[in-house]
Amino acid sequence: MSLWEYANPRRFMAASGAVLPWISGLAAVLVALGLAWGFFGTPDDYRQGSTVKIFYLHVPAAMIAINAWLMMLVASLIWLIRRHHVSALAAKAAAPVGLTMTLVTLVTGAIWGQPMWGTWWEWDPRLTSFLILGLFYLGYLALWEAIDDPDAAADLTSVLCLVGSVFAILSRYALVFWNQGLHQGASLSLDKEQNVADVFWWPAMVTLAGFVCLFVALVLLRTRTEIRARRLKAVVARARMS
Amino acid sequence: MPELGKYAAEVLSAYGISLTLLAGLVLWSVIAGRRMRARLAKAEDELAKGRGA
Amino acid sequence: MRALLVRDLSLSVRAGGGFGLALAFFLIVIALVPFAVGPATTTLSLIAPGILWLGALLACLLSLDRILALDWEDGSLDLLATAPIPMEGVAAIKALAHWVTTGLPLTLAAPGLGVLLNLAPEGFLWLTLSLAVGTPALSAIGTFGAALTVGVRRGGLLLSLIVLPLYVPVLILGSEVARRGAAGMETETALALLGALTLGSLAAMPFAAAAAIRINLR
Repeated sequence: MSLWEYANPRRFMAASGAVLPWISGLAAVLVALGLAWGFFGTPDDYRQGSTVKIFYLHVPAAMIAINAWLMMLVASLIWLIRRHHVSALAAKAAAPVGLTMTLVTLVTGAIWGQPMWGTWWEWDPRLTSFLILGLFYLGYLALWEAIDDPDAAADLTSVLCLVGSVFAILSRYALVFWNQGLHQGASLSLDKEQNVADVFWWPAMVTLAGFVCLFVALVLLRTRTEIRARRLKAVVARARMS
Repeated sequence: MPELGKYAAEVLSAYGISLTLLAGLVLWSVIAGRRMRARLAKAEDELAKGRGA
Repeated sequence: MRALLVRDLSLSVRAGGGFGLALAFFLIVIALVPFAVGPATTTLSLIAPGILWLGALLACLLSLDRILALDWEDGSLDLLATAPIPMEGVAAIKALAHWVTTGLPLTLAAPGLGVLLNLAPEGFLWLTLSLAVGTPALSAIGTFGAALTVGVRRGGLLLSLIVLPLYVPVLILGSEVARRGAAGMETETALALLGALTLGSLAAMPFAAAAAIRINLR
């Protein structure tokens, strides 16, 4: 039994159908628990007051926004190398989720920035690279929409995803060179020294786990929809033949 | 309801907008999934009927 | 390959080929800037390096869909695919022809337009140098974008949406060189990074563009 078994759409449908209710439920529970814990059960920061509560949305959303692109990159590579259709469709399914998470990150960041830095928007490297990430998602989705032939669309978007990843990383470092910025450093890194205090860390971790489950659930659900759309096309074509 | 102090508007709007966005995404995905499942079931039904006749 | 280059160049110079359009667009954009931000010369000289870079970038973007669209429509791209030169070579030549007809004239015109925006005297050399180093990357990346969208009818807007985020690093580093040069600061680091970016794009983008063309021709 290897992972590649699920490259078969039928197997994938069976397995994802079985897993989906559980992972959706887990996502709902964890997100609700983490956000409620963060919102009701944590003290205010002595400098930032209650705005520190935005942290529980902002940071997990940001991590999903970046890692969704990473997942799309891996899925695109699998499609280009091994030609598994499910992989290409999963990459397509992940893009709107990543775009929404990028939007959540930008909106919460702007609302947080207003009282803390005195401005909604600052051309800081971290903020700016998220804006650019959002543009990459938009371009990727637009290319999917524009091409009729499904295999060509999968190929071209995969190539764009590969090239885009390289340029996204280049932009990130060019931006650091361009402006040093206001944003604080990493807050959930494994390096304990940099981290936020434990009271803030645990609820954020629970929310992050919830967001990961939410991401997986949404990608599975949307991939299932894409597979059904493919199948519908085939059925309609066969009906026309007979 | 915890005491949010002077930043109540910011915190609540951040939560409100984010949760609305996420709920919208979930709702859109679920509805699109349901609709596609129904269309596929209908098409497969018709195909099967066409074969039978 | 030389024959292809000569053909592309002569096609673009001929009437309707679009040579000069990008240049005229650049001129108009730069001439419109003072209307939008006001005629104060201090403001203009402050923003001149960035505006000149942005104008050159947009002019370059505008001419991208001509790289492949005509060859796609009349089928010469299919012929090129069966020609004895590799598709990577075709993509590289297309990018080179685009640079010669767009990037090079823009680079040469930029100092003249810098006068209109009251660019600081120290800035002229750096602006020209940064454009000369940076515009080949714009052409190479743009050829990739054109290759991705060549099969899409009326793909001009889509092409812009895809290519603009890819232009971000070039724009940042290029205008940084021009800005620092105009302000009399050291420019070596930014210029070296810009050069590295251009060389990397020139080396890698023809392969990506060729892959995209092959997918579109299937």
